[in-house]
Amino acid sequence: MRSFFELFGRYFLLMRKVFTRPDRMSVFWRQLIFETEKLGLSSIAIVAIISIFIGGVIALQSSFNIVSPLIPKMYVGFMTRETMVLEFSSTMIALILAGKIGSNIASEIGSMRITEQIDAMEMMGVNSANYLILPKIIAATVFNPLLMLLSFVVGLMGGWLIVALTGIITISQYFDGLQMEFNNFYITYSMIKMAVFSFIITSVSAFFGYYAFGGSLHVGRSSTRAIVVCCVAILIFNLVLTQLLL
Amino acid sequence: MITANNIFKSFSGKTVLEDVSVHFEPGKTNLIIGASGSGKTVLLKTLVGLHEADSGEIWYNDVLFSQLLFKEKKAMRQNIGMLFQGAALFDFATVEENVMFPLTMFTTKSYEEKRERVNFCLKRVNIIGAEKRYPGELSGGMQKRVGIARAIALNPSYLFCDEPNSGLDPNTSILIDNLIREITQEYNITTIVNTHDMNSVMEIGDKVIYIHEGKKWWEGSSADILDADNPELNNFVFASNMTKMLKKLSAK
Ligand SMILES: Nc1ncnc2c1ncn2[C@@H]1O[C@H](COP(=O)(O)OP(=O)(O)OP(=O)(O)O)[C@@H](O)[C@H]1O
Ligand SMILES: [Mg+2]
Repeated sequence: MRSFFELFGRYFLLMRKVFTRPDRMSVFWRQLIFETEKLGLSSIAIVAIISIFIGGVIALQSSFNIVSPLIPKMYVGFMTRETMVLEFSSTMIALILAGKIGSNIASEIGSMRITEQIDAMEMMGVNSANYLILPKIIAATVFNPLLMLLSFVVGLMGGWLIVALTGIITISQYFDGLQMEFNNFYITYSMIKMAVFSFIITSVSAFFGYYAFGGSLHVGRSSTRAIVVCCVAILIFNLVLTQLLL
Repeated sequence: MITANNIFKSFSGKTVLEDVSVHFEPGKTNLIIGASGSGKTVLLKTLVGLHEADSGEIWYNDVLFSQLLFKEKKAMRQNIGMLFQGAALFDFATVEENVMFPLTMFTTKSYEEKRERVNFCLKRVNIIGAEKRYPGELSGGMQKRVGIARAIALNPSYLFCDEPNSGLDPNTSILIDNLIREITQEYNITTIVNTHDMNSVMEIGDKVIYIHEGKKWWEGSSADILDADNPELNNFVFASNMTKMLKKLSAK
């Protein structure tokens, strides 16, 4: 328990070092573009692929589960939309991104630590935490909510594709379902969740990398730990944010 | 000029440096020698402030470095170059970008001026035509030389080298040793080099400090080292059979 609080304290100390004014603003903007490309844009394909399949599967499953003739078939569209926007496009995508970009960040920063590259930066008088971590956090926190939107839209397309291919319901029933009782705030809610989750993923995995020590074995271990901690934190914050926002 | 008085440093109860006092003059290559694990790297990192000493004072000329605030230390560091044990080149950047890094972060030079300085430094360490390559594509000796180029990019008054020639063949070692000495004399830098290579000691050591189990055990010039009657030092200096034989021969 003590070590838990110690870890927590060190995390906040690191964040204080991260959130300072960059030494060189022009360098910071360059890094930000670079990280947006590396952490955000490069995830578009995987997010789209997963979302289209899941959207399709949700449509199929909801249609199988609507056996009562009292429930109109257009609920297939409704359920696909609600599942995607409420949970899948934010929480599930965030868990997947935790694996993808979390391990990338933790191992990148961790290997810089053990090969003394971070010391070399500090030695020159550069705030290494700020230089290395701030662009990653900002890039992911700002860009990833757009990935959530993408996942949502592609997921609905996945459902539509399945409907069109299998004919479980008519396409117009599906679209009627999609438009049924839509609460716009769900999108905001989901984007806020995604922003918070992205902050958690980047900052926590950077923290584990930044304090790596020893050899490459340790770097591997701390990147695994980073992912586990990220996932748990995401699940907890999912509950908290849902309670707060909805 | 660097002076350290009564430095103590321990890691979670384990004492690594015990009451070390040293003094280094400008324009001289000062060597710190000692067995693996004796605390050379820790001493170097404590001197530059990467580790904080538990007690003791560190002076850079008439500035009490160990008491400076973080911001002041940061400004001071731009005057200190350091070559790390593993070169520590940024592997996200090319050779040119590595050497340019401190220039970009701390000067307002134009890109052309920076390139000129980079080319000058790289030429100084005999790296030609590798500007666009990444550290992973260089040999160990080349990495060390690029590391030196990066360390001298801002024209520092102090240069620290942690084992500049470990893992290199004897010829490359001598090349790098000579390079360090030439740079030191040319720009009147206060240079401190960690090494366990006796060859370097004899070649470039203006002043030698021997660290044994975290304590300063002996200091003197490289000329004195062979005649020193200090059992631990002798054990270190004459570790190999060849050097023992040489000592016997010269005694005759
Ligand atoms: N960050 C650290 N935390 C805990 N102990 C450390 C740390 N850095 C060094 N030590 C310990 O300090 C002692 C001296 O290490 P140091 O790296 O200074 O040796 P060295 O003389 O440079 O050896 P080598 O020639 O192999 O590089 C070792 O016992 C090492 O385990
Ligand atoms: Mg060492």
